[in-house]
Formats: sequence, C-alpha cells, structure tokens
Amino acid sequence: MDLTLSGKYEALQAEVRAFIREHGHKSPKVGGPRRDPDQKTRDWQKLLVEHGYAARTVPREYGGFGAQPDVLEAAVIADAFAEANVSQGLANQGISMLVPTLLEVGTEEQRRAYVGPTIRGDMFWCQGYSEPGSGSDLASVQTRAVLDGDEFVVNGQKIWTSSAHFADMMFLLCRTEPEMPKHAGLSYILLSMKTPGIEVRPLTTMTGRAEFNEVFFTDVRVPASQIVMSRGQGWHVANVTLKYERLYLGDANKMSVRLRKLVDLLQTTEIDGEKLMALPEYRDRLLRIQGEVMAWRAHQLRLRTEQADGVDSGVKRLIVKYGGTMLLWRMSALAVDAVGAAGLPYDPSETDDATAANLDYMFDIGMIIGGGSSNIQKNVIGERGLGLPREPKTQPAAAGGRA
Amino acid sequence: MRFGLTEEQRLFDDSLRAFLADRVPIETLRQQAQTGRGFDPAIWQGLCELGLPGLLVPESYGGAGLGVLDAALSAEALGHAAAPIPFAASAVMAPLAFANSASRDQQSEFLPRIAAGEMRVGMAFAGIGGQTGDATLTLQGNRLSGRVQGALDAGEATHLLVYLPDGRAALVEAGANGVSAQVRRSVDRTRPVTDLSFENAESAVLDAANDRMAAALRVVDAGRVMLAADTLGAAQYMLDQAVAWAKERVQFGRVIGSFQGVKHTLAEIVTMLEPCRAFVWHAAYAQDALPDEARLFACQVKAHVGDVGREASRMATEVHGGMGFTDLLGLHYWFKRCTFDRQMLGGPQRCREEAARLQGWKLAG
Repeated sequence: MDLTLSGKYEALQAEVRAFIREHGHKSPKVGGPRRDPDQKTRDWQKLLVEHGYAARTVPREYGGFGAQPDVLEAAVIADAFAEANVSQGLANQGISMLVPTLLEVGTEEQRRAYVGPTIRGDMFWCQGYSEPGSGSDLASVQTRAVLDGDEFVVNGQKIWTSSAHFADMMFLLCRTEPEMPKHAGLSYILLSMKTPGIEVRPLTTMTGRAEFNEVFFTDVRVPASQIVMSRGQGWHVANVTLKYERLYLGDANKMSVRLRKLVDLLQTTEIDGEKLMALPEYRDRLLRIQGEVMAWRAHQLRLRTEQADGVDSGVKRLIVKYGGTMLLWRMSALAVDAVGAAGLPYDPSETDDATAANLDYMFDIGMIIGGGSSNIQKNVIGERGLGLPREPKTQPAAAGGRA
Repeated sequence: MRFGLTEEQRLFDDSLRAFLADRVPIETLRQQAQTGRGFDPAIWQGLCELGLPGLLVPESYGGAGLGVLDAALSAEALGHAAAPIPFAASAVMAPLAFANSASRDQQSEFLPRIAAGEMRVGMAFAGIGGQTGDATLTLQGNRLSGRVQGALDAGEATHLLVYLPDGRAALVEAGANGVSAQVRRSVDRTRPVTDLSFENAESAVLDAANDRMAAALRVVDAGRVMLAADTLGAAQYMLDQAVAWAKERVQFGRVIGSFQGVKHTLAEIVTMLEPCRAFVWHAAYAQDALPDEARLFACQVKAHVGDVGREASRMATEVHGGMGFTDLLGLHYWFKRCTFDRQMLGGPQRCREEAARLQGWKLAG
C-alpha cells in the first residue's frame, strides 16, 4: 500500500493542475443540463483532446492523444478535474461506449470515419438498444433489418434513446437473422439520424425534461457496409459496448464532487434561521453519507490497482453500478431535503442549486434503472459474483393449469 | 501509487488464516464460550509463534516493526474465525501506547515482553474513547485509585493499562496489591469485558508524549480501526456461510439461492460489505502514513463498518432461516462479534460526533 504519487504520476498531476489553473475558467459547468452541447462545451472538449485529458488512449491516427492505457494516469487526471470541480469533457455514449467498441472490433474505415469527430464533440451518437418489449432482456429486440441489395432496410421502434433529438448518428442493435436463436440473430449497425424514415418523438420523463426519445424506423435504408463485425454478431458487439458502459456508471469522483456540494449546502442553508449544519438530524445524514463515500472511494482505488495489474475484479466490480447509483440517489435526496420547501418551485429548464437538487433526485432514479436496472444488477451480483444458481426457466402454464 | 497488499502481507494472511481454520473449530468456540474469558492458551501459543503479539513492536524491541495496516489484516482474520484471543488492546493499542506515550526506559522494559507474548495487556478508558458505564480514576503520583468498567482484552491479562481523561495512562500488574479485576462474560462469549478497580495501586505512568491527548487519541483510533476490521471479518464469515447455505438448502424443490428474494439479500450484503474492506485498509494505512486524515478515517470507518456489520449480520442470519436463530449452527458467535465491536470504543453515533467536530461541522461541548 502506497498512496503517494511517484515519478511520472506526480509530474502528470502537476501538469494537469497547471492546465486547470490556466484554462479552468473556460470549462462548462460540471453536471450541466443534459442537452445539445453548446459551443463552449465543444471548444473545451477540443482543448482537452489536444492536451490528452480526454480521449487520452485513442491512437493519434484516429485523432486521439495516443497514450498507452494506464489506469493510474487516467485516475490522476480524473481526480485533478474532480478536485477542481472542472468539467472533464464530454461523457456521452459515443465517447464512452462507441469509440472503444470501434477501436476494439470496428473496421479501419469505420474508425477513420467516426472516432475523430466523436471524440472532438463534432459528432453525437445515440444508442439504439432498448425497445418497448425488450428492456432488461435486451437480446430479444425485434427491430428488423432486412438486406435488400447492398442496403439494410430497417423497420421497428426503439425507446429510452438519450440524445436522439440532436444526435447525428445511432449505433443500432437489430434483428437480421430471425430464424436463428435470439442471441445469434442480431446485428450492430451504424446509421445517420438524418436518414429518411426515422422519426424521433421526445419522451418526457418524471424530471419534466425530454432526456429520452422514442425512435421509429419506417423502411430506413442503410448501406450494408455500416455493420460492425458481421451479421449475427450483434450481441457480441453490444456486449463489448456494455462492458464500457458499466465502467462509466457509478463513479466515485462524482460522489466526492457531490459530497463537497452537500457540505457547502448544509453550511449555507438555513431553516427557521438556523444553519442546517447546526441541526443534528441533517449533520448525521451528511456524516453517514461521508462514510459511505469514503468506502466507495477506497474501493475505487482498489479496483484501479487491480485493473492496472490486469486482475479480474469479479464481484468487486459487479457491485459498483448498483451500489454507486444508489448512493448517488441518497446524496441527491439529502440535497432535496436541505433546500426544503424553498426548493419546490421547479422549472426544469433552470440550472440553480434547488432545481439541480430536485432534478438529480429524479434523474438519479433513471440512473438506478438504466444500464441494467438495480434488480437485474442484483441478479448479476448474486449469480456471477456469488455463484448462486439462476432462476429455473418458467414452463408455459398447461391448458387448464393454475396460473 | 498502489492500493493493495504486498506479497508478504498476503503470505502472512494466508498462514494466519490457515492456522485459525485449523485451530479454532466451532467446538473450540463452544468450549471457550463456557468460560467466556477470551483466552485459549494453546491458540495463544500458536499465535505467538506466528509473531502476532509483536506485530507493532519495533524490531529493536523484538517485534516485527509492522504497521496498523498489517494489524488490521490480522484483526480481520481473527474476526473471521471469531478467535477467542486478546488482540485489539493487547497486541495493537498497548504497543502503540508505549510507542506514543512511554519513556525510553518504559519501552525497553515492557515492549520486549509484549512482543514475546508473555505480557498481555487489558485496557480501559475513562472519559475518552467512547467510555460508557462508571469511570472514576485518579492518579496521585504513581498511585492509581478509582474504578473503570468495560476493559477490553482483560480476561487473562497480565497487566492493565488505563487511560485517564487527561490522556495520561497508568500501567499496573494484574495481580498487584490494590488491583482488582472482575471479568464479566459479555454478549460475545469469545471476548469478555472486565470491570477494574484500584486502591492506591502502584503504577507506571505513561506520560512522555508532547501532546498527551493527541497520543491517547492515536491509540483509540488504532483500536477503532481494529474493531472495524474484526467486524469486517465476522460479517464476511457470515456472508460466506449464508451463500453456502443458499446453495445447499432446498425448499419448494429448488435451492433457496435461486429465489430472487434470497439472491437479492445476499447481493445487498456483498454490495455493502466489499467496499468496507478497501475502507478498512485505507483507514489503517492512514494511521501509518496520513496523519492529517487519520482521525477522520478512524471515526468514520468504525461508524460505517459498524452499521454495515449490523445489517449484514442480521441479513445473513435471516438467510439461514430458523437454523440461523438456533445455537446448532453457532452462527450467532459471529453476530455477537459484530455486536461487541460496534459498541466498544464508541458506537457509530459517538464516532460520527467526533468526525463532525474534527471537520468543524459542530462546535465542541
């Protein structure tokens, strides 16, 4: 155990901190509104890519910084941005999920066409996975793509599609081989959202914002070359992508940033003229949350070291998404209780602290559900993490049998 | 930057756990529970051969000169085995008390005897360290009088070390004139609590620290980390048993671990408990290497792991159904280990209050 930064890591930390001192004022607000990024956000992203603080390990030939993967370098950078409460750049599904997927299994043409614009923030992606009838059971998707000459013709419907209303592109999981068993009949296709036949309908959530959409496909024609890997391998590609998603949810740096905000909130907010921090009930909740955050931060450090050593962390990694999103929700719940009745006026287009608290309090439930819902996560932890047996397959009820 | 154990730490942990698995079967626990004095000479002898009492004693005094992190790993292993052995006070807090507060002469007199395992030290605190019950201690010169309840590791101690509210500590021999120790079987039959009283007893006063209160609190903090580690080990044992039980026990024609109600309970436990391991390591490392954060870590890890231990031990008992509630499986020994650790040296509420003060979130008093 040695938590001191040595050699190149110490130097990197100093470099990042100097960068933040010089350029930090150009950063967009951390945790800002989840909508089409503005020019400030795009400019900041380009600056980060140029310095290697975003897309650090993406090879130079695809527009990245070309550093060797190094978990501790990534951690030093993430920690420095979090401690300064400065944006670490875009964290969207294109950058976090599609880019590593293309680098792992895409063709040279696909990498050249998509990686650079995506990491610079010039190309936005949405993820075409879930359908009304295929949520947790993702492999059962029914959206069809039929090969007609050298084009796929896509028909069907997707749901929970974040950012589809402004995205340029979609990575789509669809069924190309209906005669095959469900996992073997899927393909993974990249398509432009401007293709004729795509209709995007905003899906307003409990936050009052339309963070998601429904996307309808009617005879949407996509060049056959837009497939990633080959027909029937969509499930494999989708799992490559999901592997990167689960790393991106449940981040302990986000907890630290939120904890500092909570401390500040309790020190500055008053109820009946008394500071919340002077009231034991509020203080105790904050202290409990601090203890939990300290545990998850330590856990993250442990995972980083294991990752750097190439160790499979097993159950230790499987618990992160479930445990992390639940804690983040408890943190936003305390923020809501701290702003109190004064926080009830709510206009989801505002960005003040009280609105942010109420918005997070609802949006975080979406985080608990999205990317593998809490109940599915508990199955995964139990089955893959603890080796418990799966639920037996249910038999269709016999005629006249009991329901 | 490396957050993990060294090869040496892993090897030591393996050999300690192998020893405990071999030497502390449930039958031994049941036997020990009869006396409830928290001491088994044969096990103690074996642990002395492994060097456990001297882990924290400097090499120049015959110990291993290791740190609080090494001790925390051992505490976890002892909790996992519910070992009826003095450790947190005798092998960790006492050596640190000598290191922090004793004169050079006192160190050379006592530390080698601790390292050799011939001196076992029960400890109690008056007015600090989360003391509950009665405590009225006074020192006149080196003469100790008064009483203090709830001493840790004092069941078969050769010496008793008590802290006064001002941070001074006084060491007496267990059988000396004017010293009486009433061992009380605790809810945790693997470790007793002992009520001490003194009447003009001759003591060695440990008062060589520049800041005697800070020195005393470092001792308390190390003890809190040990108790958190012990709870971690005990709760992990209960989770392991619950998982094994869930894979074996059949109801409605299925092993119960295939029911989501049971599976999700176990998933909840591991999700709470596994981050506690990294937290205990981090808190222990802070005692060794991060002085500015050491107190906050000790208070918070004691509070958090205490809370997780309570939930995890209850849920793991529930997974066992009626059998978990009986004495037949003996699972309750580990439940009670968590119960004991939670209260000793200040429960979560007390520890969080201290954490609040440390951060200026609450005015003292």
